[in-house]
Amino acid sequence: MNGLHSAATPLVTVRDLGFNSGGREILQHIDLTIESGELVSLIGPNGAGKTTLIRAILGLIRPDSGSITKRPGLHIGYMPQRLVIEPTLPLPVHRFLALGGAVSQGECRQALAEVGAEDIWATQVSQISGGEFQRMLLARALLRKPDLLVLDEPVQAVDVNGQTELYALINSVKDNHGCSVLMVSHDLHLVMSATDRVICINGHLCCAGHPEDVSRDPSYLALFGEAAAANVALYHHHHDHHHGLDGRVLDGPADEGAPHSHG
Amino acid sequence: MDEFLLRAVLAGIGVAVVAGPLGSFVVWRRMAFFGDTLAHSALLGIAIGLLLGFNPTLGVFAACLAVALALAGICDRGRIAGDTVLGIMSHGTLALGLVAVAFAGSAGLNLLAYLFGDILAVTAFDLIWIYGVGAVALAGLAAIWRPLLAITVHEDLAAAEGAPVRRTNMVFMLVMALVVAAAMKVVGILLVAALLIIPAAAARHFARTPEQMAVIAAVIGAASVVAGLAGSLWLDTPAGPSIVVAALIGFMASHLAPYLGAKGAR
Repeated sequence: MNGLHSAATPLVTVRDLGFNSGGREILQHIDLTIESGELVSLIGPNGAGKTTLIRAILGLIRPDSGSITKRPGLHIGYMPQRLVIEPTLPLPVHRFLALGGAVSQGECRQALAEVGAEDIWATQVSQISGGEFQRMLLARALLRKPDLLVLDEPVQAVDVNGQTELYALINSVKDNHGCSVLMVSHDLHLVMSATDRVICINGHLCCAGHPEDVSRDPSYLALFGEAAAANVALYHHHHDHHHGLDGRVLDGPADEGAPHSHG
Repeated sequence: MDEFLLRAVLAGIGVAVVAGPLGSFVVWRRMAFFGDTLAHSALLGIAIGLLLGFNPTLGVFAACLAVALALAGICDRGRIAGDTVLGIMSHGTLALGLVAVAFAGSAGLNLLAYLFGDILAVTAFDLIWIYGVGAVALAGLAAIWRPLLAITVHEDLAAAEGAPVRRTNMVFMLVMALVVAAAMKVVGILLVAALLIIPAAAARHFARTPEQMAVIAAVIGAASVVAGLAGSLWLDTPAGPSIVVAALIGFMASHLAPYLGAKGAR
Protein backbone atom coordinates (compact mmCIF):
# COMPACT_ATOMS: atom_id res chain seq x y z
CA MET A 1 0.00 0.00 0.00
CA ASN A 2 2.98 2.32 0.02
CA GLY A 3 5.74 2.92 -2.41
CA LEU A 4 8.61 1.39 -0.48
CA HIS A 5 10.39 -1.38 -2.31
CA SER A 6 12.22 -2.73 0.68
CA ALA A 7 13.39 -6.30 0.61
CA ALA A 8 12.84 -6.62 4.33
CA THR A 9 9.48 -7.83 5.55
CA PRO A 10 7.39 -5.17 7.25
CA LEU A 11 7.66 -4.96 11.05
CA VAL A 12 3.91 -5.08 11.39
CA THR A 13 1.24 -6.00 8.88
CA VAL A 14 -2.39 -5.44 9.74
CA ARG A 15 -4.94 -6.96 7.39
CA ASP A 16 -8.67 -6.27 7.39
CA LEU A 17 -8.75 -5.78 11.13
CA GLY A 18 -12.08 -5.54 12.91
CA PHE A 19 -12.83 -5.06 16.58
CA ASN A 20 -16.17 -4.83 18.38
CA SER A 21 -16.92 -3.82 21.92
CA GLY A 22 -20.31 -4.06 23.54
CA GLY A 23 -22.02 -4.66 20.19
CA ARG A 24 -20.43 -1.55 18.69
CA GLU A 25 -17.97 -1.70 15.84
CA ILE A 26 -14.88 0.17 17.00
CA LEU A 27 -12.67 -0.78 14.09
CA GLN A 28 -13.46 -2.30 10.72
CA HIS A 29 -11.43 -3.18 7.64
CA ILE A 30 -8.20 -1.61 8.87
CA ASP A 31 -5.12 -2.29 6.77
CA LEU A 32 -1.70 -0.97 7.56
CA THR A 33 1.96 -1.88 7.38
CA ILE A 34 4.91 -0.47 9.22
CA GLU A 35 8.19 -0.76 7.37
CA SER A 36 11.54 -0.60 9.08
CA GLY A 37 12.91 2.86 9.75
CA GLU A 38 9.77 4.84 9.01
CA LEU A 39 7.76 7.21 11.16
CA VAL A 40 4.07 6.53 10.77
CA SER A 41 1.49 8.85 12.24
CA LEU A 42 -1.93 7.63 13.20
CA ILE A 43 -4.54 10.36 13.20
CA GLY A 44 -8.28 10.52 13.53
CA PRO A 45 -10.95 12.29 15.56
CA ASN A 46 -11.66 11.42 19.18
CA GLY A 47 -13.25 8.02 19.45
CA ALA A 48 -11.92 6.97 16.07
CA GLY A 49 -10.33 3.87 17.55
CA LYS A 50 -6.69 4.99 17.45
CA THR A 51 -5.84 3.66 20.90
CA THR A 52 -7.83 0.47 20.22
CA LEU A 53 -5.79 -0.13 17.07
CA ILE A 54 -2.58 0.40 19.01
CA ARG A 55 -3.70 -1.96 21.75
CA ALA A 56 -4.47 -4.59 19.14
CA ILE A 57 -1.02 -4.20 17.59
CA LEU A 58 0.53 -4.51 21.05
CA GLY A 59 -1.42 -7.71 21.61
CA LEU A 60 -3.41 -6.31 24.53
CA ILE A 61 -6.74 -7.07 22.88
CA ARG A 62 -7.70 -9.77 20.42
CA PRO A 63 -9.25 -8.54 17.18
CA ASP A 64 -12.60 -10.02 16.17
CA SER A 65 -11.60 -10.33 12.55
CA GLY A 66 -8.59 -9.87 10.36
CA SER A 67 -4.98 -10.50 11.24
CA ILE A 68 -1.95 -8.80 12.71
CA THR A 69 1.39 -10.20 11.65
CA LYS A 70 4.57 -9.12 13.37
CA ARG A 71 8.08 -9.81 12.17
CA PRO A 72 9.44 -12.68 14.29
CA GLY A 73 11.44 -11.44 17.27
CA LEU A 74 10.07 -7.93 16.98
CA HIS A 75 10.72 -5.80 20.08
CA ILE A 76 8.15 -3.12 20.73
CA GLY A 77 8.68 -0.19 23.08
CA TYR A 78 5.37 1.26 24.20
CA MET A 79 4.62 4.68 25.59
CA PRO A 80 1.02 4.71 26.83
CA GLN A 81 -1.38 7.59 26.88
CA ARG A 82 -2.08 9.61 30.03
CA LEU A 83 -0.43 7.67 32.82
CA VAL A 84 -1.27 8.72 36.35
CA ILE A 85 0.82 7.32 39.17
CA GLU A 86 -1.12 6.72 42.35
CA PRO A 87 0.08 9.38 44.82
CA THR A 88 0.14 6.85 47.66
CA LEU A 89 2.84 4.89 45.82
CA PRO A 90 6.36 6.11 46.63
CA LEU A 91 8.33 5.46 43.45
CA PRO A 92 11.64 6.99 42.38
CA VAL A 93 12.17 7.41 38.63
CA HIS A 94 14.87 4.72 38.45
CA ARG A 95 12.52 2.21 40.03
CA PHE A 96 9.84 3.08 37.49
CA LEU A 97 12.30 2.39 34.68
CA ALA A 98 13.30 -0.97 36.15
CA LEU A 99 9.68 -2.16 36.35
CA GLY A 100 9.64 -2.98 32.65
CA GLY A 101 11.75 -6.10 32.82
CA ALA A 102 15.15 -7.45 33.67
CA VAL A 103 17.32 -4.39 33.12
CA SER A 104 20.49 -3.32 34.91
CA GLN A 105 20.98 -0.03 36.71
CA GLY A 106 23.53 0.94 34.08
CA GLU A 107 21.03 0.42 31.29
CA CYS A 108 18.46 2.50 33.13
CA ARG A 109 20.97 5.32 33.62
CA GLN A 110 21.93 5.20 29.98
CA ALA A 111 18.31 5.30 28.82
CA LEU A 112 17.55 8.24 31.09
CA ALA A 113 20.65 10.05 29.83
CA GLU A 114 19.59 9.45 26.24
CA VAL A 115 16.31 11.26 26.81
CA GLY A 116 18.18 14.06 28.57
CA ALA A 117 16.72 13.49 32.02
CA GLU A 118 19.55 12.01 34.06
CA ASP A 119 19.00 14.54 36.84
CA ILE A 120 15.62 13.04 37.81
CA TRP A 121 17.16 9.61 38.50
CA ALA A 122 16.30 9.59 42.20
CA THR A 123 13.35 11.99 42.09
CA GLN A 124 9.92 10.72 43.06
CA VAL A 125 7.70 10.15 40.04
CA SER A 126 5.02 12.23 41.74
CA GLN A 127 7.31 15.28 41.71
CA ILE A 128 8.51 15.48 38.11
CA SER A 129 7.03 17.76 35.45
CA GLY A 130 4.83 16.70 32.54
CA GLY A 131 7.75 16.91 30.10
CA GLU A 132 10.05 14.93 32.39
CA PHE A 133 7.32 12.35 32.82
CA GLN A 134 7.07 11.78 29.07
CA ARG A 135 10.85 11.53 28.81
CA MET A 136 10.83 8.97 31.58
CA LEU A 137 8.19 6.96 29.69
CA LEU A 138 10.26 7.17 26.53
CA ALA A 139 13.32 5.96 28.43
CA ARG A 140 11.36 2.97 29.69
CA ALA A 141 10.25 2.20 26.14
CA LEU A 142 13.88 2.42 24.97
CA LEU A 143 14.94 -0.12 27.59
CA ARG A 144 13.05 -2.70 25.54
CA LYS A 145 15.69 -2.23 22.80
CA PRO A 146 12.80 -1.63 20.43
CA ASP A 147 12.61 -2.22 16.70
CA LEU A 148 9.34 -0.34 16.85
CA LEU A 149 8.32 2.47 19.18
CA VAL A 150 4.59 2.80 19.72
CA LEU A 151 3.78 6.23 21.10
CA ASP A 152 0.23 7.12 22.10
CA GLU A 153 0.03 10.90 22.09
CA PRO A 154 3.55 11.41 23.41
CA VAL A 155 3.37 15.15 24.03
CA GLN A 156 0.31 15.24 26.24
CA ALA A 157 0.50 17.53 29.26
CA VAL A 158 3.64 19.13 27.89
CA ASP A 159 3.92 22.87 27.21
CA VAL A 160 4.49 24.13 23.68
CA ASN A 161 8.29 24.51 23.91
CA GLY A 162 8.52 21.13 25.55
CA GLN A 163 6.48 19.60 22.74
CA THR A 164 8.92 20.76 20.08
CA GLU A 165 11.83 19.41 22.10
CA LEU A 166 10.08 16.12 22.68
CA TYR A 167 9.34 15.64 19.00
CA ALA A 168 12.96 16.43 18.18
CA LEU A 169 13.99 13.89 20.80
CA ILE A 170 11.72 11.22 19.32
CA ASN A 171 13.26 11.86 15.92
CA SER A 172 16.82 11.62 17.18
CA VAL A 173 15.99 8.48 19.15
CA LYS A 174 14.51 6.97 16.00
CA ASP A 175 17.68 7.75 14.04
CA ASN A 176 20.05 6.56 16.78
CA HIS A 177 18.27 3.26 17.27
CA GLY A 178 17.28 2.78 13.68
CA CYS A 179 13.80 1.88 14.84
CA SER A 180 10.42 2.59 13.35
CA VAL A 181 7.87 4.75 15.11
CA LEU A 182 4.11 4.45 15.17
CA MET A 183 2.73 7.58 16.76
CA VAL A 184 -0.80 8.62 17.61
CA SER A 185 -0.98 12.35 17.30
CA HIS A 186 -3.43 15.19 17.47
CA ASP A 187 -0.87 17.63 16.22
CA LEU A 188 -1.62 18.04 12.54
CA HIS A 189 1.27 20.50 12.05
CA LEU A 190 3.72 17.86 13.11
CA VAL A 191 2.04 15.04 11.31
CA MET A 192 2.12 16.86 8.04
CA SER A 193 5.64 18.21 8.35
CA ALA A 194 7.68 15.52 10.02
CA THR A 195 6.31 12.07 9.32
CA ASP A 196 6.93 9.63 6.52
CA ARG A 197 3.43 8.32 6.31
CA VAL A 198 0.05 9.21 7.69
CA ILE A 199 -2.79 6.87 8.44
CA CYS A 200 -6.10 8.49 9.07
CA ILE A 201 -8.81 6.37 10.63
CA ASN A 202 -12.32 6.94 11.84
CA GLY A 203 -13.49 3.46 12.75
CA HIS A 204 -12.56 2.49 9.21
CA LEU A 205 -9.50 3.46 7.23
CA CYS A 206 -10.13 6.91 5.76
CA CYS A 207 -6.94 7.40 3.89
CA ALA A 208 -3.28 6.58 4.11
CA GLY A 209 -0.13 7.61 2.39
CA HIS A 210 2.35 10.45 2.24
CA PRO A 211 1.35 13.52 4.23
CA GLU A 212 0.80 15.63 1.16
CA ASP A 213 -1.48 13.10 -0.43
CA VAL A 214 -3.44 12.58 2.74
CA SER A 215 -3.79 16.30 3.30
CA ARG A 216 -5.52 16.57 -0.05
CA ASP A 217 -7.75 13.58 0.47
CA PRO A 218 -11.44 14.55 0.66
CA SER A 219 -12.10 12.16 3.52
CA TYR A 220 -9.26 13.76 5.51
CA LEU A 221 -10.56 17.25 4.84
CA ALA A 222 -14.05 16.14 5.76
CA LEU A 223 -12.76 14.93 9.13
CA PHE A 224 -10.49 17.78 10.03
CA GLY A 225 -11.97 20.57 7.99
CA GLU A 226 -10.52 23.87 7.05
CA ALA A 227 -8.23 24.08 10.06
CA ALA A 228 -6.35 21.06 8.87
CA ALA A 229 -6.06 22.44 5.38
CA ALA A 230 -4.75 25.71 6.72
CA ASN A 231 -2.07 23.88 8.67
CA VAL A 232 -0.88 22.25 5.53
CA ALA A 233 -0.77 25.59 3.83
CA LEU A 234 1.39 27.07 6.58
CA TYR A 235 3.80 24.21 6.74
CA HIS A 236 4.09 23.29 3.13
CA HIS A 237 4.07 26.71 1.58
CA HIS A 238 6.99 25.83 -0.61
CA HIS A 239 4.72 23.52 -2.55
CA ASP A 240 2.53 24.69 -5.29
CA HIS A 241 -0.79 23.33 -4.15
CA HIS A 242 -3.92 22.96 -6.13
CA HIS A 243 -6.78 22.49 -3.77
CA GLY A 244 -9.63 23.14 -6.09
CA LEU A 245 -10.48 19.53 -6.75
CA ASP A 246 -12.52 19.05 -3.63
CA GLY A 247 -13.99 22.50 -3.85
CA ARG A 248 -12.39 23.87 -0.73
CA VAL A 249 -10.62 27.16 -0.43
CA LEU A 250 -7.51 27.19 1.68
CA ASP A 251 -7.10 30.47 3.47
CA GLY A 252 -9.82 32.52 5.03
CA PRO A 253 -9.48 36.03 6.40
CA ALA A 254 -8.10 34.65 9.68
CA ASP A 255 -5.27 32.85 7.97
CA GLU A 256 -1.71 34.06 8.27
CA GLY A 257 -1.81 34.75 4.60
CA ALA A 258 0.70 32.39 3.09
CA PRO A 259 1.09 33.34 -0.55
CA HIS A 260 -0.92 30.77 -2.43
CA SER A 261 -2.83 30.40 -5.55
CA HIS A 262 -5.85 28.21 -5.54
CA GLY A 263 -7.08 26.66 -8.70
CA MET B 1 3.58 -12.46 80.66
CA ASP B 2 0.58 -14.77 80.66
CA GLU B 3 0.68 -17.44 78.04
CA PHE B 4 -2.56 -16.40 76.38
CA LEU B 5 -1.25 -12.86 76.12
CA LEU B 6 1.99 -14.04 74.57
CA ARG B 7 0.03 -16.05 72.02
CA ALA B 8 -2.11 -13.00 71.29
CA VAL B 9 0.94 -10.80 70.72
CA LEU B 10 2.59 -13.40 68.48
CA ALA B 11 -0.61 -13.93 66.49
CA GLY B 12 -1.12 -10.21 66.03
CA ILE B 13 2.46 -9.59 64.97
CA GLY B 14 2.32 -12.54 62.58
CA VAL B 15 -0.72 -11.09 60.87
CA ALA B 16 0.59 -7.51 60.89
CA VAL B 17 3.85 -8.49 59.21
CA VAL B 18 1.93 -9.91 56.23
CA ALA B 19 -0.78 -7.26 56.30
CA GLY B 20 1.83 -4.47 55.87
CA PRO B 21 3.10 -5.40 52.40
CA LEU B 22 -0.27 -6.70 51.22
CA GLY B 23 -2.05 -3.65 52.59
CA SER B 24 0.37 -1.41 50.71
CA PHE B 25 -0.81 -2.96 47.47
CA VAL B 26 -4.41 -2.61 48.60
CA VAL B 27 -3.80 1.11 49.11
CA TRP B 28 -1.86 1.60 45.85
CA ARG B 29 -4.49 -0.24 43.85
CA ARG B 30 -7.39 1.54 45.57
CA MET B 31 -8.83 -1.74 46.76
CA ALA B 32 -9.79 -0.77 50.31
CA PHE B 33 -13.44 -1.52 49.70
CA PHE B 34 -12.45 -4.74 47.97
CA GLY B 35 -10.67 -5.91 51.13
CA ASP B 36 -13.76 -5.09 53.14
CA THR B 37 -15.91 -7.11 50.76
CA LEU B 38 -13.63 -10.12 51.04
CA ALA B 39 -13.73 -9.92 54.81
CA HIS B 40 -17.50 -9.72 54.88
CA SER B 41 -17.80 -12.80 52.71
CA ALA B 42 -15.79 -14.64 55.38
CA LEU B 43 -18.87 -14.91 57.59
CA LEU B 44 -20.68 -16.72 54.80
CA GLY B 45 -17.73 -19.10 54.64
CA ILE B 46 -17.98 -19.79 58.36
CA ALA B 47 -21.68 -20.52 58.10
CA ILE B 48 -21.21 -22.82 55.12
CA GLY B 49 -18.42 -24.59 56.96
CA LEU B 50 -20.66 -25.12 59.96
CA LEU B 51 -23.63 -26.24 57.86
CA LEU B 52 -21.62 -28.70 55.80
CA GLY B 53 -19.53 -29.80 58.74
CA PHE B 54 -16.01 -28.79 57.78
CA ASN B 55 -13.50 -26.48 59.38
CA PRO B 56 -14.91 -22.90 59.43
CA THR B 57 -11.47 -21.46 58.73
CA LEU B 58 -11.31 -23.50 55.57
CA GLY B 59 -14.78 -22.19 54.76
CA VAL B 60 -13.55 -18.63 55.23
CA PHE B 61 -10.64 -19.18 52.89
CA ALA B 62 -12.87 -20.80 50.27
CA ALA B 63 -15.50 -18.07 50.47
CA CYS B 64 -12.89 -15.28 50.28
CA LEU B 65 -11.21 -16.89 47.32
CA ALA B 66 -14.49 -17.46 45.49
CA VAL B 67 -15.57 -13.86 46.04
CA ALA B 68 -12.14 -12.54 45.08
CA LEU B 69 -12.11 -14.46 41.83
CA ALA B 70 -15.71 -13.55 41.05
CA LEU B 71 -14.97 -9.87 41.62
CA ALA B 72 -11.81 -10.04 39.55
CA GLY B 73 -13.84 -11.64 36.77
CA ILE B 74 -16.54 -9.00 36.95
CA CYS B 75 -14.03 -6.17 36.96
CA ASP B 76 -12.17 -7.78 34.02
CA ARG B 77 -15.23 -8.05 31.87
CA GLY B 78 -16.46 -4.55 31.77
CA ARG B 79 -15.99 -1.21 33.38
CA ILE B 80 -19.23 -1.31 35.32
CA ALA B 81 -19.45 0.84 38.42
CA GLY B 82 -17.06 -1.11 40.59
CA ASP B 83 -18.14 0.36 43.90
CA THR B 84 -21.77 -0.61 43.35
CA VAL B 85 -20.83 -4.22 42.65
CA LEU B 86 -18.57 -4.20 45.69
CA GLY B 87 -21.28 -2.66 47.83
CA ILE B 88 -23.77 -5.33 46.78
CA MET B 89 -21.28 -8.13 47.34
CA SER B 90 -19.99 -6.71 50.60
CA HIS B 91 -23.29 -6.26 52.36
CA GLY B 92 -24.98 -9.09 50.50
CA THR B 93 -22.47 -11.66 51.70
CA LEU B 94 -22.49 -10.25 55.22
CA ALA B 95 -26.28 -10.48 55.43
CA LEU B 96 -26.31 -13.93 53.84
CA GLY B 97 -23.67 -14.97 56.34
CA LEU B 98 -25.69 -13.73 59.30
CA VAL B 99 -28.79 -15.54 58.02
CA ALA B 100 -26.85 -18.72 57.31
CA VAL B 101 -25.26 -18.62 60.76
CA ALA B 102 -28.78 -18.50 62.25
CA PHE B 103 -29.67 -21.57 60.19
CA ALA B 104 -26.57 -23.39 61.37
CA GLY B 105 -27.74 -22.90 64.93
CA SER B 106 -25.67 -21.19 67.57
CA ALA B 107 -24.11 -24.39 68.89
CA GLY B 108 -20.46 -23.69 69.50
CA LEU B 109 -20.61 -20.43 67.61
CA ASN B 110 -19.73 -17.13 69.15
CA LEU B 111 -20.82 -14.65 66.50
CA LEU B 112 -19.17 -11.70 68.21
CA ALA B 113 -15.84 -13.50 68.18
CA TYR B 114 -16.04 -13.72 64.41
CA LEU B 115 -17.25 -10.18 63.90
CA PHE B 116 -14.75 -8.49 66.20
CA GLY B 117 -12.03 -11.11 66.57
CA ASP B 118 -10.96 -13.03 69.61
CA ILE B 119 -7.24 -12.61 69.75
CA LEU B 120 -7.02 -13.48 73.46
CA ALA B 121 -8.49 -16.90 72.68
CA VAL B 122 -5.85 -17.75 70.08
CA THR B 123 -4.63 -21.32 70.56
CA ALA B 124 -1.24 -22.83 69.80
CA PHE B 125 -2.83 -24.45 66.76
CA ASP B 126 -4.12 -21.06 65.58
CA LEU B 127 -0.60 -19.70 65.88
CA ILE B 128 0.77 -22.44 63.65
CA TRP B 129 -2.03 -21.73 61.17
CA ILE B 130 -1.39 -17.97 61.20
CA TYR B 131 2.37 -18.32 60.73
CA GLY B 132 2.00 -21.05 58.13
CA VAL B 133 -0.49 -19.03 56.13
CA GLY B 134 1.57 -15.88 56.67
CA ALA B 135 4.71 -17.52 55.32
CA VAL B 136 2.90 -18.81 52.25
CA ALA B 137 1.27 -15.42 51.66
CA LEU B 138 4.58 -13.54 52.00
CA ALA B 139 6.34 -15.99 49.71
CA GLY B 140 3.56 -15.62 47.15
CA LEU B 141 3.72 -11.85 47.34
CA ALA B 142 7.51 -11.87 47.01
CA ALA B 143 7.28 -14.11 43.96
CA ILE B 144 4.98 -11.74 42.09
CA TRP B 145 6.40 -8.51 43.51
CA ARG B 146 7.81 -6.90 40.39
CA PRO B 147 5.05 -7.80 37.93
CA LEU B 148 2.43 -6.87 40.51
CA LEU B 149 4.09 -3.50 41.03
CA ALA B 150 4.34 -2.96 37.28
CA ILE B 151 0.65 -3.84 36.83
CA THR B 152 -0.26 -1.56 39.72
CA VAL B 153 1.52 1.34 38.01
CA HIS B 154 0.03 0.71 34.56
CA GLU B 155 -1.59 -2.52 33.51
CA ASP B 156 -1.42 -2.00 29.73
CA LEU B 157 2.21 -0.98 29.83
CA ALA B 158 3.08 -3.98 31.99
CA ALA B 159 1.11 -6.30 29.72
CA ALA B 160 2.78 -4.87 26.62
CA GLU B 161 6.13 -5.56 28.25
CA GLY B 162 5.15 -9.16 28.79
CA ALA B 163 4.13 -9.19 32.45
CA PRO B 164 1.86 -12.17 33.18
CA VAL B 165 -1.12 -10.02 34.19
CA ARG B 166 -3.72 -12.72 34.69
CA ARG B 167 -1.50 -15.06 36.66
CA THR B 168 -0.15 -12.25 38.82
CA ASN B 169 -3.64 -11.00 39.65
CA MET B 170 -4.70 -14.57 40.48
CA VAL B 171 -1.85 -15.02 42.94
CA PHE B 172 -2.62 -11.62 44.44
CA MET B 173 -6.26 -12.63 45.00
CA LEU B 174 -5.12 -15.90 46.56
CA VAL B 175 -2.83 -14.03 48.94
CA MET B 176 -5.64 -11.62 49.82
CA ALA B 177 -7.97 -14.50 50.65
CA LEU B 178 -5.31 -16.20 52.77
CA VAL B 179 -4.47 -13.08 54.74
CA VAL B 180 -8.10 -12.15 55.33
CA ALA B 181 -8.76 -15.65 56.64
CA ALA B 182 -5.78 -15.40 58.98
CA ALA B 183 -6.37 -11.81 60.08
CA MET B 184 -9.98 -12.52 60.97
CA LYS B 185 -8.85 -14.29 64.14
CA VAL B 186 -7.11 -11.16 65.31
CA VAL B 187 -9.42 -8.25 64.58
CA GLY B 188 -12.56 -9.93 63.28
CA ILE B 189 -14.48 -9.70 60.04
CA LEU B 190 -15.59 -6.11 60.45
CA LEU B 191 -12.11 -4.73 61.07
CA VAL B 192 -9.88 -6.89 58.88
CA ALA B 193 -9.64 -4.27 56.16
CA ALA B 194 -8.49 -1.72 58.74
CA LEU B 195 -5.45 -3.84 59.53
CA LEU B 196 -4.57 -3.87 55.84
CA ILE B 197 -5.12 -0.22 55.08
CA ILE B 198 -4.32 1.89 58.12
CA PRO B 199 -0.69 0.82 58.73
CA ALA B 200 0.05 1.09 54.99
CA ALA B 201 -1.47 4.56 54.79
CA ALA B 202 0.50 5.61 57.86
CA ALA B 203 3.72 4.29 56.31
CA ARG B 204 3.32 6.44 53.18
CA HIS B 205 4.78 9.49 54.88
CA PHE B 206 8.02 7.74 55.74
CA ALA B 207 8.71 5.80 52.57
CA ARG B 208 10.60 6.65 49.42
CA THR B 209 10.32 3.26 47.73
CA PRO B 210 7.53 0.68 47.57
CA GLU B 211 9.58 -1.79 49.62
CA GLN B 212 10.22 0.79 52.35
CA MET B 213 6.50 1.43 52.57
CA ALA B 214 5.77 -2.30 52.84
CA VAL B 215 8.30 -2.81 55.63
CA ILE B 216 7.32 0.32 57.55
CA ALA B 217 3.65 -0.69 57.27
CA ALA B 218 4.51 -4.06 58.77
CA VAL B 219 6.37 -2.37 61.64
CA ILE B 220 3.54 0.08 62.29
CA GLY B 221 1.06 -2.80 62.21
CA ALA B 222 3.10 -4.84 64.68
CA ALA B 223 3.49 -1.83 66.97
CA SER B 224 -0.27 -1.26 66.79
CA VAL B 225 -0.86 -4.86 67.88
CA VAL B 226 1.39 -4.46 70.90
CA ALA B 227 0.04 -1.03 71.81
CA GLY B 228 -3.55 -2.09 71.22
CA LEU B 229 -3.22 -5.20 73.37
CA ALA B 230 -1.52 -3.22 76.13
CA GLY B 231 -4.25 -0.60 75.99
CA SER B 232 -6.89 -3.28 75.98
CA LEU B 233 -5.49 -4.83 79.16
CA TRP B 234 -4.99 -1.52 80.87
CA LEU B 235 -8.38 -0.01 80.00
CA ASP B 236 -10.28 -3.30 79.81
CA THR B 237 -11.43 -2.65 76.25
CA PRO B 238 -12.04 -5.23 73.48
CA ALA B 239 -8.71 -6.33 72.00
CA GLY B 240 -9.41 -6.27 68.24
CA PRO B 241 -10.92 -2.78 68.13
CA SER B 242 -8.18 -1.53 70.48
CA ILE B 243 -5.54 -2.68 67.98
CA VAL B 244 -7.31 -0.81 65.19
CA VAL B 245 -7.57 2.30 67.39
CA ALA B 246 -3.84 2.09 68.05
CA ALA B 247 -3.20 1.89 64.30
CA LEU B 248 -5.52 4.84 63.78
CA ILE B 249 -3.54 6.90 66.30
CA GLY B 250 -0.37 5.89 64.47
CA PHE B 251 -1.90 7.01 61.18
CA MET B 252 -2.86 10.42 62.58
CA ALA B 253 0.58 10.82 64.15
CA SER B 254 2.20 9.99 60.81
CA HIS B 255 0.83 13.23 59.45
CA LEU B 256 3.24 15.01 61.72
CA ALA B 257 6.14 13.42 59.83
CA PRO B 258 6.52 16.25 57.30
CA TYR B 259 6.89 18.73 60.14
CA LEU B 260 9.56 16.60 61.76
CA GLY B 261 11.58 16.59 58.55
CA ALA B 262 10.98 12.98 57.56
CA LYS B 263 12.73 12.30 54.28
CA GLY B 264 9.79 10.70 52.58
CA ALA B 265 7.54 13.72 53.07
CA ARG B 266 6.13 15.03 49.85
